[in-house]
Amino acid sequence: MFWDQESETLARPTLEHLQMKLLRETLERVAQRVPFYQQRLAELGLKPESIKSLADVRRLPFTTGADLRAIYPNGLLAVDRTEAVRLHTSSGTTGKPKAIFFSRKDVDNAAELIARSLVSAGISRADVFQNMMSYGLFTGGLVMHYGAEKVGCLVIPAGPGTSERQLMLMQDFQTTVVHILPSYALYFASFLEQKGIDPRKDLTVRKAFVGAEPHTEETRRCIERIFGCDVYNSYGLTELNGPGVACECECKAGMHLWEDNYILEIINPATGEPLPDGQTGELVLTTLKREAMPILRYRTRDITSIVPEPCDCGRTHRRLVRFTGRSDDMLIIRGVNVFPQQIERVLMSFPQMGRNYLIIVEGLDDLTIKVELAPAAFDGQVDHLEALRQQMIEKLRAEIWIRPKVDLVPAGSLPVGQGKAKRVIDKRSL
Amino acid sequence: MRAVNLLAVFVENKPGQTARIARLLSEAGVNLSWLTIANSGSFGVMRFLVDQRDTAVRTLKDKGVMVSLVEALAVEVPDKPGSLQAVADLLGRNNINLDNCSGFVVHNRAVLIIEVHQIAQAGAILEQQGFRLLDQDEMLRL
Repeated sequence: MFWDQESETLARPTLEHLQMKLLRETLERVAQRVPFYQQRLAELGLKPESIKSLADVRRLPFTTGADLRAIYPNGLLAVDRTEAVRLHTSSGTTGKPKAIFFSRKDVDNAAELIARSLVSAGISRADVFQNMMSYGLFTGGLVMHYGAEKVGCLVIPAGPGTSERQLMLMQDFQTTVVHILPSYALYFASFLEQKGIDPRKDLTVRKAFVGAEPHTEETRRCIERIFGCDVYNSYGLTELNGPGVACECECKAGMHLWEDNYILEIINPATGEPLPDGQTGELVLTTLKREAMPILRYRTRDITSIVPEPCDCGRTHRRLVRFTGRSDDMLIIRGVNVFPQQIERVLMSFPQMGRNYLIIVEGLDDLTIKVELAPAAFDGQVDHLEALRQQMIEKLRAEIWIRPKVDLVPAGSLPVGQGKAKRVIDKRSL
Repeated sequence: MRAVNLLAVFVENKPGQTARIARLLSEAGVNLSWLTIANSGSFGVMRFLVDQRDTAVRTLKDKGVMVSLVEALAVEVPDKPGSLQAVADLLGRNNINLDNCSGFVVHNRAVLIIEVHQIAQAGAILEQQGFRLLDQDEMLRL
């Protein structure tokens, strides 16, 4: 199923021709209206007409998260602020957030991309869409909401309400699709278990859109198993509209990135050099249709690679493989690079593992992983728990080359936020 | 074979946990006849003998507490030197390992509570040698 079959299946040469045309328009806009880019382009001796082909994109300057913070709040606006109709900000855990403006056309276009994504995952106007993401400055709520409405779903703007209320809405309105954080999906599953509710029999959820947090294939399968539904990975970031930048279609084989809206590059994060398709590196995106706030070559810090082969679904927009991590999330412990997802992958391979875990680094690079035990895995025997703990330590050591301390804790004892799960606490003060 | 069911509770090893579990059980009107607590690093396992097993399990589960039932042997032994040795020796000679063991004396009656992997075999051997096994009701009436 397609929302916009023509755009989604453009022949590659046509798509690239379109990208080039939109890129030139974007460059002309920023060169005329955004002092930040005027200066950057001048420093590099570039004019919009210097970029003659997509291969020249690598000559353009990068934009980083630090740049967006430095020019907060209004720095990248390419329209008069009266033209902007919506403001979102990044979660900004430290200091000032990043402010992102949308024009009316931008709001509509973001919804258009969500609509494509939802329909590509088999969602239609007949669906009841419960959006369990936070509404407000976070894009996961409102941007997704507009897209699901565009498709014609009945949208329930549940937001991050209590589990009791989420369940009531699901039961009373026969929710068929949820948009949910993967960590919350796992927490919600244990809530249902406690209530004696079997989501496969007692609920009508058939599809789940999970995003906003990197998660592993094991977590996807776990959520699918518990809820008896299809789970689709999606990718977005506030700086580039929020959700809907890339989404999995029904093939569930990587996320199609909407290339008529973004120029996609994978670079070596250390050197900034572009990498060929198939190689793993940092995702860099240039907006092509953004009116209020175009961004050139944004360093997403997310680590992935491009799937070069065409997808069975017929879409020509290339796919990204599941993210292996954010370069920001990478921990360096005793000189070894560790991605939290590596740890998650190992933990999820244990059926005794509950729904939540927490990675703590403290002191002189001591790594402790707190793991919730699944209720069914407790048989009262301390020696069985000890043996499980040792198995976890050994498997983790084989994966990350560091021997962690593993603490087993009861189900439900680790903190679950309403927003993105905090999986890593780094207490080192170096 | 007579055996007793112990309630095993998984908790974090941090202050206040025993009080929390004890409060939940007392609010449900459950009386405790015996208990042990074993710690292992980050977690602890409490074992209780209670008068209302099903109420206790339901109450704790409703509050999200991880609970399991464990079968144990309650062996009555003479309250005199050598009793523990006699039981331990008998099991040892039959290659049965004691996983958990505790004991007490009340009203001049001595009782060992024993957890082993091969519980049926251990029970049979002890009874053959003349040891009396107490069931749940007898334990609660001690």
